[in-house]
Amino acid sequence: MKYLDEYRNAEAAKQYLAAIAQITTRSWAIMEVCGGQTHSIVKYGISDLLPKAIRLIHGPGCPVCVTPVEMVNKAIAIARQPGVIFCSFGDMLRVPGSDCDLLSLKGEGADIRIVYSPLDAVNIAADNPQRQIVFFAVGFETTAPANALAIHQAATRDIHNFSALVSHVLVPPAIEAIMTSPDTQVQGFLAAGHVCTVMGLTQYIPLAEKYRVPIVVTGFEPVDVLQGIYMCVRQLEENRHEVENQYTRSATVGGNRHAQQLVNSVFQISERKWRGMGEIPASGLSLADDYATFDAERRFDVANVSTAESAECISGLVLQGIRTPLECPAFGATCTPEHPLGATMVSGEGACAAYYHYRRKAPSASLNNKEPHTP
Amino acid sequence: MTRTTAEPFTLTCPIPLMDYPRVLMAHGSGGRMMQQLIEKMFYRAFDNPELLSGHDGVTLDTGGIEAGRVVFTTDSYVIRPLFFPGGDIGSLAVFGTVNDLAMCGAKPRYLSAGFILEEGLDMETLWRVVCSMRQAADRAEVKIVTGDTKVVEKGKGDGLYINTAGIGEMIHAVHLHPRSVKPGDKVIVSGDVGRHGMAVMAQREGLSFESDLASDAAPLNHCVMTLLDAGLDIHCLRDITRGGLAAVLCEIAQSAAVQIDIDQQQIPINDTVSGACELLGLNPLYVACEGRFVAFVAPAAVEQVLEIITSFDQGKPVSIGEVTAGEAGLVTMKTIIGGQRILDMPSGELLPRIC
Repeated sequence: MKYLDEYRNAEAAKQYLAAIAQITTRSWAIMEVCGGQTHSIVKYGISDLLPKAIRLIHGPGCPVCVTPVEMVNKAIAIARQPGVIFCSFGDMLRVPGSDCDLLSLKGEGADIRIVYSPLDAVNIAADNPQRQIVFFAVGFETTAPANALAIHQAATRDIHNFSALVSHVLVPPAIEAIMTSPDTQVQGFLAAGHVCTVMGLTQYIPLAEKYRVPIVVTGFEPVDVLQGIYMCVRQLEENRHEVENQYTRSATVGGNRHAQQLVNSVFQISERKWRGMGEIPASGLSLADDYATFDAERRFDVANVSTAESAECISGLVLQGIRTPLECPAFGATCTPEHPLGATMVSGEGACAAYYHYRRKAPSASLNNKEPHTP
Repeated sequence: MTRTTAEPFTLTCPIPLMDYPRVLMAHGSGGRMMQQLIEKMFYRAFDNPELLSGHDGVTLDTGGIEAGRVVFTTDSYVIRPLFFPGGDIGSLAVFGTVNDLAMCGAKPRYLSAGFILEEGLDMETLWRVVCSMRQAADRAEVKIVTGDTKVVEKGKGDGLYINTAGIGEMIHAVHLHPRSVKPGDKVIVSGDVGRHGMAVMAQREGLSFESDLASDAAPLNHCVMTLLDAGLDIHCLRDITRGGLAAVLCEIAQSAAVQIDIDQQQIPINDTVSGACELLGLNPLYVACEGRFVAFVAPAAVEQVLEIITSFDQGKPVSIGEVTAGEAGLVTMKTIIGGQRILDMPSGELLPRIC
């Protein structure tokens, strides 16, 4: 497969591993922001191959992990209502709400459908004018343009039985929240290549300067990740803190202007609650006033559903690399992948879930890379 | 019971003239209409003296079967869509049960077919499925000798469900079983994995992506019989179905209480399957097959096993790893870039990822 196989090449990977080992003179903690990168790191066993001095911290860039439990509860409350067809990306279906998840609700007879494109949900709405179609619009800047397009199309096609339950989050405010935490251990970032393909690189320049931290825009294949780590370590070793682009085959400085315009017209920046990290100001997107009629929270009157996160859970600290999962008293006891208390246990990409499988399945230290299936 | 038609059966035969163009509740009521359905459709397609004996069950001539060594299995098929590139629910219902028998080392002989039909199902559709079953049975050299029909109310079924049970005879004195797997055994996969699952997914409503993928659904019994005829040192065979290659490896590692180490680089995956899995965020090692199996064999037998499987032209077999004493139940995989990770049992439905 062109554009994939070359980034999964064993020889290239070995060369980058050797280069990283060669330039590393001291310990560094690097956060890969995106869940897709975490997935790749776990799937290809990358952490094992790196020098011991390089510690990877799995960041908050997994939409499944950081969608707050109250949003899942809102989704469940809406999907339960008669006449509703609730549409979602597949992996949100297994995220537990307070009393059930969307997949088990589907089993009970609720009309919940997996879609691959939000535009499919708009078409379902057009085909079922007597039903209410609600799309669960989650994700980072990556999914925002397609979700915006769906809402924009519903508006222009006069499809008023369509609405969106919006829980969009943004990467730069999360990086800022991690860097302003007094205990943060993160010294460099691998930023998410797909996010930058849409948004460009410029948002990251002030962050790199303000917090004196290197940010390398990085892709998702193993060679991408290794090259990103190499570029980040090189900056750290040379005491530089710049925004660099490893993912040049897709991300450009300006990003995709059409996508940005669409996102800016349909959404507005708003405060968002992150699972495990709490409220972060200006860290998400909600519907702009012109599109407020497509807001499922208003249409179904679930705006006031709120759910407190577990007081026991330390996932916020784990996400920032301050604590390890093993330091949590709930880990493996009251908190398991089947009954997660917090973000990092929810998705297989989360640090706690990875630790859980490692401890449960393989006491050998060389085998701590268990691939999450889905998500 | 007497035969209702004298013409020889061919697969291009038109649908038999039925009194009703659609399945009605009455077709499952046990009365005349059900009788007509059985005679006109099932008898005509499966035509053999055992079936036409017309009893609730069938007494089989077990001459030649070693005493106490008859293999019996059953499986139900509830796939949507009913037809997909490379097969349909009918061929799947035959091959699936045939393959289960073959994996035990048995020569599949007889199948039963239980139909659960939804009121309103097109007779045309049912006929296509029945014809496909006949064709599949011919290919696998088994007979469908007994059956059952029930009709459920409209909305209570997905068009058509099929259950098949199968009987096979053990003609070789082998004991193929997960517990026969031991450290040192080589792990051979009989061809590229994940094709059936992706071919079906490509056809599902709302998931359409353009592809030329066809299911790998096929009978494995001829290949397995040839392996056993050759008297090779084979310890266990397992067909890859739901849960994919990963599920088979995890199950065997658990029941044999061994560790299995495989090499990702060696696992054969078709380019289109690989691309479709990339697109949907699925792992091909967890995607279903219907015509592939894993063989656990003594190292000395590897070359011959590969040669025999290759000669059947149902896929290119590869040795992907080996069994070690290691940790019981553990499956590890050397990744293509040289890392190592655990391959875990799949859980639940495969759900596409957001990003």
